[in-house]
Amino acid sequence: MKARLNNRPQPTSAMPTVQEHQFADAARSQSAQNPATSEPLGEKMVLNMGPSHPATHGVLRIILELDGEEILKATPDIGYLHRGDEKIAENMTYTQFIPYTDRLDYLAPLANNVAYALAVEKLLGIDKKLTGRCQYIRVICCEMARISSHLLGLGTYAMDCGAMTVFLHTFTEREKIYNLCESLTGARFTTSYTRIGGLTRDLPAGWTDQLRRFLEEVVDVVEDVDKMLTRNRIFVDRTRNVGVITRAEAVDYGLTGPNLRASGVDHDLRKSNPYLCYPELSFDVPTGTAGDCYERYLVRMEELRQSVRILHQCLDQLPGGPINVADNKIILPPKEKVLTRMEELIHQFMLVTEGVNAPPGEIYFGAENPKGELGFYICSKGGGTPFRLKIRSPSFVAISILQHLLPGHMISDVTAILGSLDFVMGECDR
Amino acid sequence: MAVINLAQQLQSLFPGVISPPAEFRSELTLVVSDAQRIAEVCAQARDALKFDYLVDISSVDRYGDDPRFTVVYELYSHTHHEYLRLKTDVSEEKSELPSVAGLWSGANWHEREIFDMMGIRFTGHPDLRRIMMWEGYPHHPLRKDFPVAGKPTDLPEVAFSEPAPIEGGPFITATGAADAGQREPRAHESAAE
Repeated sequence: MKARLNNRPQPTSAMPTVQEHQFADAARSQSAQNPATSEPLGEKMVLNMGPSHPATHGVLRIILELDGEEILKATPDIGYLHRGDEKIAENMTYTQFIPYTDRLDYLAPLANNVAYALAVEKLLGIDKKLTGRCQYIRVICCEMARISSHLLGLGTYAMDCGAMTVFLHTFTEREKIYNLCESLTGARFTTSYTRIGGLTRDLPAGWTDQLRRFLEEVVDVVEDVDKMLTRNRIFVDRTRNVGVITRAEAVDYGLTGPNLRASGVDHDLRKSNPYLCYPELSFDVPTGTAGDCYERYLVRMEELRQSVRILHQCLDQLPGGPINVADNKIILPPKEKVLTRMEELIHQFMLVTEGVNAPPGEIYFGAENPKGELGFYICSKGGGTPFRLKIRSPSFVAISILQHLLPGHMISDVTAILGSLDFVMGECDR
Repeated sequence: MAVINLAQQLQSLFPGVISPPAEFRSELTLVVSDAQRIAEVCAQARDALKFDYLVDISSVDRYGDDPRFTVVYELYSHTHHEYLRLKTDVSEEKSELPSVAGLWSGANWHEREIFDMMGIRFTGHPDLRRIMMWEGYPHHPLRKDFPVAGKPTDLPEVAFSEPAPIEGGPFITATGAADAGQREPRAHESAAE
């Protein structure tokens, strides 16, 4: 043992000290230089929450400055999951980027696939030419993703507030969604289901019946969760009037999705700027008034019920016909034709090597995803690769409000507020 | 009111500064010729035309062109339910334009991200620090002259101090190149072995 200790490399003057390494980080050097916190007898304390903390739902780090249990200042520190998705997108064809969209909001990969495909299709000018069946299947995907994401959001939110049971119920249901995803796409998490101009494959036989059965089961679980939480004294006390975001603040920070609607703004892209076949479906957009943690919970609960309603309509109205646009310059031709016919072979070759030929121009497309507005800004100079692809992520925006929202709350409110905002770091850091 | 009328109204408020609205895929883009006035234009768009909601700020590096950078503001109106895009060019020498964080608090992080990724500074920003990369990181990764494999940094023995081995990394495709080897460098490497 002693010998091993002696064998350690001795620090040399060229090597930076531990402190130098640490203080390369601005937030930590700030807290060390802050007279309130560096003074040993100071009243304030700096608490480093995250980046590996179960309540931060991923690798979010928040530097909290505390006076006793009260938060005086909160500095979120993000970027721990930054993979440079936007840089990567510039170096590959539009189709090759689809698997990367799975890894944005990894709790709703199907919805990300759809949002990205629609953005590229808008650039190509074919977003209005999608087949009816494709549109309905894509809406089914989006709403399944919403149910899956909200079930996880509610389960972990309740667990952050001390209610373990809800989590077990919602995760059982999510497992069924993953089974449905698996039989639909071949993968449980990384679905990569859409293609530019269509989908990878049609619904498997008997799948719609499985989905109907699931919808019947999930309604019961939503009602169970409702019974467990909505009038639960502990849950209500921990969430009501906590983390209040006023209507003006929500708009000022650019919040979207359930977080915005809980503050009383009636804004849902499925209604206000509809895409796919959403205009043909009837559903309600729940909004809150107080904008506290409790109403964000209520809005998500109602969205679950509305998603079930949308899915039932989709299954009833699901049209037949092809799932892909009939354009071999956009969608890969069938393999048997590629192997036997000249023209299809050329299309296949061009699509695989060059990608879809997008016109020069720039578009922005935002879709109403479970977490809020997931937008893609694509700047094209023509050809098969985007010149610039910017991802507008709802979680990034939701986390940016924390430094304004957290001060004044107690430290135990942090977990309730984080859970109620329902963000995911894969999307925030990209 | 149609978004084209709103765009023309905004244009008439700043004669000579804003270009006529350009339409592509039924989206309108206004180019603001003087980057120093972007905050004024945004303030008018927000207050007079009710584009109350800043969706996103993006940036484009047109490496080799002058001016090099474009900053893109995506606005939305909860009144009209319409999007409007404002664009302005920023030269590499200046690399600076006024912040809109005073108009929308949400702009704070969007501008920090652009500063981090592109190296464009925003004057009047309350807290212009890096956001994705760590403080002290020397490069701006979304610039076109930054390779996708990364660049070495001077910090020893911390993560990402060397270029990433690209073998397991993103599968890069350069479309439009002459042959398969140039189009997909990894295919080329394995052929050479």
